[in-house]
Amino acid sequence: MADVLAVAESKQEMLAGVSREVVTVARRIADGLGCEVEVAVTGASADELALYGADRIVRVAGDDLLPGQVDAWAAALASLIRAGDHAAVVIAATAAGKDLAPRVAAKLGTSLLTDVTDVAVDEGGILVTRPVFAGKTLAQVRALAAPALLSIRPNVFPAVESPRDATRETVAADTSDRSPGYRVVGFEASRGASIDVSEATIVVSGGRGLKGPENWHLVEDLRDALGESAALGASRAVVDAGWRPHSEQVGQTGKTVTPKLYFAVAISGAIQHLAGMRTSGVIVAVNRDADAPIFGVADYGIVGDAFDVVPALAAAIRELRGN
Amino acid sequence: MNITVCVKRVPDTETRIRITDDGKDISRDGVKYVLSPYDEFAVEAALQLVEHAGAGEVTLLSYGDAATTESLRAGLALGAHRAVLLTGDPSMDGWATARVLATELKDGDAGLVLFGIKAVDDDQQQVGPMVAELLKRPCASSVTAIDVANGVATCRRAVEGGQEVVELDLPAVATVTKGRYEPRYASLRGIMMAKRKPLTEKAAPAVEPGLSVEVLRHPPRRPEGRIVGEGPPAVPELVRLLREEARVL
Ligand SMILES: Cc1cc2nc3c(=O)[nH]c(=O)nc-3n(C[C@H](O)[C@H](O)[C@H](O)COP(=O)(O)OP(=O)(O)OC[C@H]3O[C@@H](n4cnc5c(N)ncnc54)[C@H](O)[C@@H]3O)c2cc1C
Ligand SMILES: Nc1ncnc2c1ncn2[C@@H]1O[C@H](COP(=O)(O)O)[C@@H](O)[C@H]1O
Repeated sequence: MADVLAVAESKQEMLAGVSREVVTVARRIADGLGCEVEVAVTGASADELALYGADRIVRVAGDDLLPGQVDAWAAALASLIRAGDHAAVVIAATAAGKDLAPRVAAKLGTSLLTDVTDVAVDEGGILVTRPVFAGKTLAQVRALAAPALLSIRPNVFPAVESPRDATRETVAADTSDRSPGYRVVGFEASRGASIDVSEATIVVSGGRGLKGPENWHLVEDLRDALGESAALGASRAVVDAGWRPHSEQVGQTGKTVTPKLYFAVAISGAIQHLAGMRTSGVIVAVNRDADAPIFGVADYGIVGDAFDVVPALAAAIRELRGN
Repeated sequence: MNITVCVKRVPDTETRIRITDDGKDISRDGVKYVLSPYDEFAVEAALQLVEHAGAGEVTLLSYGDAATTESLRAGLALGAHRAVLLTGDPSMDGWATARVLATELKDGDAGLVLFGIKAVDDDQQQVGPMVAELLKRPCASSVTAIDVANGVATCRRAVEGGQEVVELDLPAVATVTKGRYEPRYASLRGIMMAKRKPLTEKAAPAVEPGLSVEVLRHPPRRPEGRIVGEGPPAVPELVRLLREEARVL
């Protein structure tokens, strides 16, 4: 019987939190099809994923599976998948996963459904939902060949516990199919970068209404008050002005984010900005213009000057969280 | 060195999207189309690389309907030397698109094939790396700057927490995102010259579809939000709602 492969993601030898969501989705598909969930991981230990429904945890080990060696990991996964019998493969649609998934799909000669936000199993097999046209439309699509590869959008599928006594094994990576001529030669950390905005569970975004980069301490302070799972975002106006790096831009030509909580501070809410954040769980807007379009998508809004409201908000949240 | 840039014609981001009656496609009536914004970064990268080298040509390659010639002329007006249109319907099928493009690219002489990181219509972020696999060439994705010397392309990549530097042996593939490249505007002279540049049209090769679109629908509207109040006095109530009603704090 074919099974469902969940590809766990590691970051610096640690299991990325999104891996629980990946296994949750794999479990959902496996339950629909009546089969088992296999987890593939490299770098980190994935033992905890038994709690979310993994029946088998396969650690792929190899000297060339270094962090950043996406081509080697893609080759190793493709050979693992070829050697088994899989109805579907689930990958996280993180920055790393989006680099990895199309390589694996092409090596296997199968299609890839990116950034999936819902999954169902019916008579026709696996039916996925993915946003298209900047979230203005949802497409329900089916892969026509097996295994179906899907990458799931982070923070959309809450992790669900479904404990198993998982078996564990280690296999040697077969990276013979890696593309030659790809070498990672350097890395430069950017200042103050924490978690990526597209993977954070809370996002605090600032817009042009903050008037200049010297005022960013306002949103940084709110982010800090919200704790470690919060990241900074920005509108394009701010990025184009050079106040913030493009890696923080939220919107159609930036990142798509789906945090549980999104703060839009002094952002008007142009259609291209909404494209990147409208599927957030709860949206809070602070804007001094009561007619700003952002209030049309916000669950909660405060009309007022960000320079007064944001410090008060940060202080109130600090008090609540006791930090 | 010659460079090929794969470009896609997509609905302008402001466009209202209407779904056709059969629910399987979007209506093309009244939709304004543009080159996908990330593809403009890729075109700019190619033009700068060729200008810097003082040699080589930039070819634009697109798979799309006949109207795509208009977008290709716009790219030629920016300075690309020639364009090739594979006529057909790319639909939302990235794997099919990758195979169509690879068929055309495999016998080409391009030292670099550039893509946008993603097309902003179906947002798949997959066609570039898939083509690279089909051509068996190294591929760097999410590239913000490219320098070429001695048969190697040095690419800076935007990754979590910083910038990674990757070397690719040519011939190679890269997908471009915003960074060093600021797309130029077409000059009047460029627009005049574009009319005389070669634009080849041929039918796209037939490939097996990779997926089927069952139905398109509009997302559910977000429930009406509410204005909690004005200025700092509204903050305590907002925090209470976030904690007790929304349960996110
Ligand atoms: C092809 C294309 C792609 C694009 N992609 C993106 C994208 O990815 N992401 C994106 O964000 N945009 C994108 N845009 C740009 C978008 O159209 C808007 O121009 C941009 O989002 C505006 O940024 P903003 O809201 O920060 O600035 P503005 O529109 O200038 O809004 C500033 C807001 O701040 C408020 N304000 C001013 N002062 C204060 C104060 N003291 N306190 C509180 N509020 C205050 C104002 O009322 C106003 O609402 C794109 C545009 C195009 C054409
Ligand atoms: N139909 C097409 N014709 C030419 N290039 C395309 C086409 N579709 C996608 N591409 C290229 O592949 C990139 C990624 O597209 P996608 O994977 O669909 O997000 C785009 O930015 C283009 O460079």
